[in-house]
Amino acid sequence: MQNNPYIYILAMAGVTYLIRVLPLTLIRKPIKNRVLRSFLYYVPYVTLAVMTFPAILDATQSTWSALAALVVAIALAWWGKSLFTVSVLCCVTVFLFELVLI
Amino acid sequence: MASRKEIFFKGMKDGIPICTGYFAVSITLGIAARNAGLSVWQATLASILTNASAGEFAAFTMIAAGASYWELIVMEAVANARYLLMSCALSQKLSPATALHHRLRIGFGVTDEIFGVSVSVPGFLEPYYAYGAMSVALPGWAAGTCLGVLLGNILPLRAVSALSVGLYGMFVAIFIPPAKKDKIIGILVALSFAASFVFAKIPLFAAIPSGTRTILLTVALSLGAAILFPVHEEETEAANAK
Repeated sequence: MQNNPYIYILAMAGVTYLIRVLPLTLIRKPIKNRVLRSFLYYVPYVTLAVMTFPAILDATQSTWSALAALVVAIALAWWGKSLFTVSVLCCVTVFLFELVLI
Repeated sequence: MASRKEIFFKGMKDGIPICTGYFAVSITLGIAARNAGLSVWQATLASILTNASAGEFAAFTMIAAGASYWELIVMEAVANARYLLMSCALSQKLSPATALHHRLRIGFGVTDEIFGVSVSVPGFLEPYYAYGAMSVALPGWAAGTCLGVLLGNILPLRAVSALSVGLYGMFVAIFIPPAKKDKIIGILVALSFAASFVFAKIPLFAAIPSGTRTILLTVALSLGAAILFPVHEEETEAANAK
């Protein structure tokens, strides 16, 4: 890390706060532009999907344990399990797979 | 009419399950912060000030890669773009008479979960309800991050490896249910996986820093979908109300 970590921390906090507070203070009417509304509607899902895959495959000691965790996560989320349950069972999956694999 | 104190306590009560969830998930975040080279104090400070799972995770990834400040700022704006949408929705939930200082403070705590409980209260949102939920939930986030960095230093590699997927699990749990309900989101998620994989594996694209790749792909795919499949007003409202 060559840059100052505190500037990074202030930058992330500042940008995040502005994003959260500007609509609350400035926008008192609903956004009318349909394409802009749609863009904002799709962004969270796309950005989370892009950040998850293929990065998850390199997060653990073995690509296979991570792939198993991804499959488990998709299945559990599909069946409507909570964020907490999905998250914990992903970790358990990796742990069990790596007990066998490594 | 309930008193401010009662409203605050109601918020605190609804904040308890959020706190426990945050605590568990942010341990993974602490491990990511540690991998990026941040100290316990720096990681905890980042969580106290930012309170954003995907946003902080994206930032830690960029810090680890030695990204420029500008890259981090753009990445942060993209990773947290959903809060812009949530805050727009929440602005409709506040009484027009709500003072500016309340708006400035509520804005600090617009997370997926606090937004979720705040929009689900009947009628206008009382600022003290949001403060109650924030006062219980947000410390869980910072404490979990702190513990994550500490545990990352002492836990065996096997356990760190397992905990490292926790946050990805949470991301999956956020985008799969809407993908199941809305076919366009489902296709978009599949396309995102495919495009992201191609960008990461083809040398020409892999040379682009990973944070920048995330920004480019997010903007391109979301804008494409917004132009080709603009959503009806009711749909975005239904999504906001969840």
